[in-house]
Amino acid sequence: MCRPGGDPEQVGSGDASSEDAAFAALLEDSAEDLYDSAPCGYLSTLMDGTIAKINTTLLKWLGLEREEVVGAVRFADLLTVGGKLYHETHFAPLLRMQGELRGIALEMKAVGGRRLPVLVSSVVKHGSGGDPLLIRTTVFDASDRRAYEQELLRRSKEAELARAEADRARAQAEETRLQAEADRARLADALAALQQSLVPSALPAVPGLETAVHYHTASPDRLGGDFYDLFSLGDGRWAFFLGDVCGKGPQAASLTSLTRYTLRAAALHDPEPTAVLSVLDTVLHDRYAAGGDPRYCTVIFGTVTFTERGEAAVRLASGGHPPALVMRADGQADYLPTPGGVLVGIVPAATFTLAQTILAPGDTLLLYTDGLTEARTGPTRQSLFGDEALLAFGRGHASTSAPEVISALTGLMEGFGDGLDDDTALLALGVPRHPSDPRPGNE
Amino acid sequence: MDIRGRNNVTVAGPVDGPVVVLAHGFGCDQNMWRLVVPVLAERYRVVMFDYVGAGRSDLSAWSAERYSALDGYAQDVVEVCEELGLRDAVFVGHSVSAMIGVLAARRAPRRIGALVMVAPSPRYIDDDGYRGGFSAEDIDELLESLESNYLGWSAAMAPVIMGNPERPELGQELANSFCATDPDIARVFARTTFLSDSRQDLKDVTVPTLVLECAQDVIAPREVGAFVHAAIPSSRLVTLPATGHCPQLSAPETTTDAILEFLRELR
Repeated sequence: MCRPGGDPEQVGSGDASSEDAAFAALLEDSAEDLYDSAPCGYLSTLMDGTIAKINTTLLKWLGLEREEVVGAVRFADLLTVGGKLYHETHFAPLLRMQGELRGIALEMKAVGGRRLPVLVSSVVKHGSGGDPLLIRTTVFDASDRRAYEQELLRRSKEAELARAEADRARAQAEETRLQAEADRARLADALAALQQSLVPSALPAVPGLETAVHYHTASPDRLGGDFYDLFSLGDGRWAFFLGDVCGKGPQAASLTSLTRYTLRAAALHDPEPTAVLSVLDTVLHDRYAAGGDPRYCTVIFGTVTFTERGEAAVRLASGGHPPALVMRADGQADYLPTPGGVLVGIVPAATFTLAQTILAPGDTLLLYTDGLTEARTGPTRQSLFGDEALLAFGRGHASTSAPEVISALTGLMEGFGDGLDDDTALLALGVPRHPSDPRPGNE
Repeated sequence: MDIRGRNNVTVAGPVDGPVVVLAHGFGCDQNMWRLVVPVLAERYRVVMFDYVGAGRSDLSAWSAERYSALDGYAQDVVEVCEELGLRDAVFVGHSVSAMIGVLAARRAPRRIGALVMVAPSPRYIDDDGYRGGFSAEDIDELLESLESNYLGWSAAMAPVIMGNPERPELGQELANSFCATDPDIARVFARTTFLSDSRQDLKDVTVPTLVLECAQDVIAPREVGAFVHAAIPSSRLVTLPATGHCPQLSAPETTTDAILEFLRELR
């Protein structure tokens, strides 16, 4: 830069004198002063690290006097112990091998135990013969940068911890979910096993009788409240029952269990249907209502004996249960009335009345629970299937076999969809037609 | 397993020359020996390698479990010796590798016939009646230094090293050695090195041993060199007129001469 003129008056400006002062100061900023008072630390060392030269800036930062440093200590001596180790294991070897290093983070020891985070760059000066002569080093105050880096590190560690925590929580949630699934599966298994104990796994084969059954459970993970059974009383006599206990779930299951085994035991003692229901009423009443916890069931209990002509003589009694439907071989169908039967278990010493019918070949007796007749039908699912519709169904399907009746009803119930919202049990007993007696439809 | 690849084994010198194995210490890789190799390789078969986790070793072979004890590194040495079929090799170990050599010689006595311990220290931390030179807090500080430098290291150092115009091949190697070292691996090596105590292992050394110490070494001070020499009856102590912890770099000729003299005497 070359400044023209030199006479302040020729410039004629009031600012000229201050510009001149700045320019003069710049000229006086000797290389030596630039070195000594530079805004960074400078030092030169012999190859063994002994400090040969150091600028005032660095001495001020460290609070040291020139005399106690130059020729007296090595660069590594100015570092913290950790920095010293790092210097010996990384810094010095690398500098020796490549002759230059830049931006190494170290900490220097200042008087009073203060630590000065610095960024150090070094270069090896070689002699004309290529021998390394000395090391020139610049030192930048990196307090702010180090604080910033440490903040970054801290944040990064926090983020790492948070992520690990989140991973842990996720794993835990997954474990909990798997555990819950396993628990649910185990409960479902237990419920299924319990449910199977409430109804026979298969109906026994009854000579001279065709039988069929269907059980619809409204909810797979809830125990049903319906029950049925068919069993031998010996001497060619058979007993059957079908019913519905109040409530659902484990308590209903316990009531069902008691009911089922009471009916079986009572039937072996005295199979007369009214007597069997009386025993059940007594047992349930004693067990529940007498203790202030009235529980009851509706049930039809009946027996079958066979006439010499192969007809089935049915005697049955009902305790508050929807009447059985009798479908005749000639296409007729009617309910078998069982008047006066009350809910079983509510009142002590309840009495039940007997109903009887003869099933000729081709006749079928259908027992059902109110899940069928109370299924919601119609486009808005607001009307009930009802007794009339069932009767009409019976008349439509009279003169078919017991399995065919159950199959047709099952198909009908599937058509109800979610209108069938309660458990439903169906049991059909029919006397087969004689093989020589062709069905009307087959003529 | 490919041991040569895993440990980046390199070999120089005459095929039929007596074998000298050069092992690097903490912080560097086999490049530490580059100034002494040319002279040694004139007469000796020189084997160098990088410990798993250092330099250009196969980092996938590293495990915190194995390399958290010096024995894990000694296993590297034994496996390299076995791979090359070495017998009675002279093992030259720098810094922590001097102690690793002691452990390796005990594991495979026929493989290693003599030890050169360069700036060794069996215990860096002061103990009752023993002065290693450091306290446990100092070691924590080193770990901090390592940590803070890996922040700036990769960003600031890689271009410098990679861009070294005179010696591009060196730049490549150094970048691998210093920049690509996984900070987690370096931390494990640092802890294993500086928290180890191998003083009891010294008494097992029966092979001829040269202890090379530097006149001024902040990591392995003179007292430590004397301790090692005293603990190994079959040892000779040579104090190199060198400063710092890496005489093979700061005083390569003197260091090489001392090693050569020891090798000649072995014959």
